[in-house]
Amino acid sequence: MSHAILVDLTECVGCGACRDACQQVHKFPEIENTKLDAQNFTTLRLCEDAEEGTETYVRQMCQHCQDPACASVCLVGAIEKTADGAVTWDEGKCIGCRYCMLACPFDIPKYEWESGNPKVRKCTMCHQERHLAENAKVDNEGFVIDRNGDRIEIDGREITADDRDSIVSMTTNDDDDRATACSVACPTAATLFGDRDELLAEAHARIKDNPDDYVPQVYGSKEVGGTSVFYLSNVSFESLGFYTKLDHEALPQRTWNVLEKIPDIVVTAGVALGAVYWITSRRDEVRRYEDEVKKQKANKHS
Amino acid sequence: MKLAIPRITFWKAVAGIFLLGGLVAAVVRFGWGLGVATNLSDVTPWGLWIGFDIVVGVGLAAGGFTLAGIVHIFNIKRFKPIVRPAILTAFLGYSLVIVGLLFDLGRPWFIWHMLIYQNPHSVLFEVGMCVMIYTTVLALEFAPVVLERFRLQKALKVMKAITIPLIILGILLSMLHQSSLGSLYLIVPQKMHPYWYSPMLPVFFFISAIAVGLGMTIVESYLSARAFQKTLETHLLRDLARIMFGVLLVYFTMRFIDLLRRDALHYLVDGSFETMMLYLEFGLMLVIPLLLFNIRGFGQSRAGLFFTAFSVVLGFMTNRLNVTLTSLESYYREMFGTSYFPSIGELAVTISIVTAGFVLFGLAVKYLPIFPHHEEETVIDVNEAPERAAAPKIDGDPAAQLRRH
Repeated sequence: MSHAILVDLTECVGCGACRDACQQVHKFPEIENTKLDAQNFTTLRLCEDAEEGTETYVRQMCQHCQDPACASVCLVGAIEKTADGAVTWDEGKCIGCRYCMLACPFDIPKYEWESGNPKVRKCTMCHQERHLAENAKVDNEGFVIDRNGDRIEIDGREITADDRDSIVSMTTNDDDDRATACSVACPTAATLFGDRDELLAEAHARIKDNPDDYVPQVYGSKEVGGTSVFYLSNVSFESLGFYTKLDHEALPQRTWNVLEKIPDIVVTAGVALGAVYWITSRRDEVRRYEDEVKKQKANKHS
Repeated sequence: MKLAIPRITFWKAVAGIFLLGGLVAAVVRFGWGLGVATNLSDVTPWGLWIGFDIVVGVGLAAGGFTLAGIVHIFNIKRFKPIVRPAILTAFLGYSLVIVGLLFDLGRPWFIWHMLIYQNPHSVLFEVGMCVMIYTTVLALEFAPVVLERFRLQKALKVMKAITIPLIILGILLSMLHQSSLGSLYLIVPQKMHPYWYSPMLPVFFFISAIAVGLGMTIVESYLSARAFQKTLETHLLRDLARIMFGVLLVYFTMRFIDLLRRDALHYLVDGSFETMMLYLEFGLMLVIPLLLFNIRGFGQSRAGLFFTAFSVVLGFMTNRLNVTLTSLESYYREMFGTSYFPSIGELAVTISIVTAGFVLFGLAVKYLPIFPHHEEETVIDVNEAPERAAAPKIDGDPAAQLRRH
């Protein structure tokens, strides 16, 4: 099942519980951030429109694109769109080229610039955390192990039984389903986690049922070919600083249009070069032979 | 035995200072990380090291495949004396590109991951593989020079037998990755200034690489002539310049049509930083070289050819830096109110890599048979001896050569 997050900005009261929960579950320092960085996967900022008299709190995090540019450009395939819906980064593969950061249409991936062994960091949709409950076994030193008996690591940290219990409680909602820490923490249900198709239908239904409360757009449903994070708002997304100039076509297609031609180019150019070589060297041979014949004739005459 | 102490000249001192600066920057880079050594940030993840050390560097090394193709595939043998310096430049260029890459990668010790975790959808993967294989091909293309120096006849014979397939492979690899350096930017249409974002980027990158490959060959021939009293016939360089202008005219015609079709020409009068940079690029790469080349008496001289080609090289650098850095500036400004300019450390590393290129080229010319042995006297002017200049040289007994084929 592919998951998604729906953020209804009209429901958000700006309490910051989502941000705090995110920092707690990832063991980041708890600060009131306004900018994403390697230790802030989600931000909350207030957008005031004096003319309209509106105050809107805007959450920002990874959009978890359906066809992510970051994953397509990664030369070692360290970034993956999982079947679960989350776009994840594999520390074991990354070589630190930072092409994902350049390619991301939402400027989401952040880097540990001060580290000697830097990681690319961004919202993981609590991918590992949500699946932690499936691993109940603990080895004799007290660390949680998976089915193969290997210790589970999140961000390079081994997980103790206590860690697991606190993470599982932070990522379990009232219906006893696994969900992202931000959605579990949200007191007003402004951030919902669930099945992508259901949430998208829910978003459209809200606009249809209450057309006066929303601008008629589900942000994230069409941008760059669709994402797994949707936003609803009662003021235009452009005025809230959303990336509104994006194509509705997935970005990786633009490079694939070129890359898929490579086999044809190699074969055609290879054959052409071989042919040119054959013709030019044959021409040389013939000319040398004719020169030789001429010389012999001239010798005979003299 | 007495060891001769090398004389310290002005240029040697300059090179020494530059290399030392690079060393200090390298210590900072690997000791304290990218954040301290560079002006890169979360919003400006790629900077001078990608823009210059890699994208410009690979382009400037394009003379290797261009000249190898002209001489060995198109069989225009009169350019043969230039192939070796061109291949040497290419080999050194690619080696230094890899050095530059190691500075830029956050985890350079994992560079081999590219070989095992392959992502065929990534342009960067394609570039990486091509650069790796092509550097090997260049090493093999250059190998005969070293083998000759040490008189290894058997190995030379083997190398001769595989020359043509190697050169064709080299051209194919170059086509792929020279163009792909442009394809790298196809995925950020919304971030780039319309002057430089085009679906045609890969084609533009490939064509301009051919032009600058020829330009670089002229430049290095002139510099070698001055530094080592080793030189090439002026008329050869003049012919190279003519081919270069042919390629440049094709390139700029396409660029112009592309700008026109994408409706980007109306920005030309906005007086912005980007517009100035575009003028600089077109001026250095096309207008100034055309003017210089057509100055009667000067344009066709050795120095005239040098300045013509050097301007093209500078224009090419401007183009690549425009695509990689300038074109993103308006996006950085609008979205984050920020701008990117390389740090002292980034500049120091780049300058020292360029310096290393000069030093290594000098050493190779000094100790290996790069330039032909009978130079100075054989300088022929086309105007004086048109037949000799035009006729291809045939060495030895022609009948024997024919039999060998």
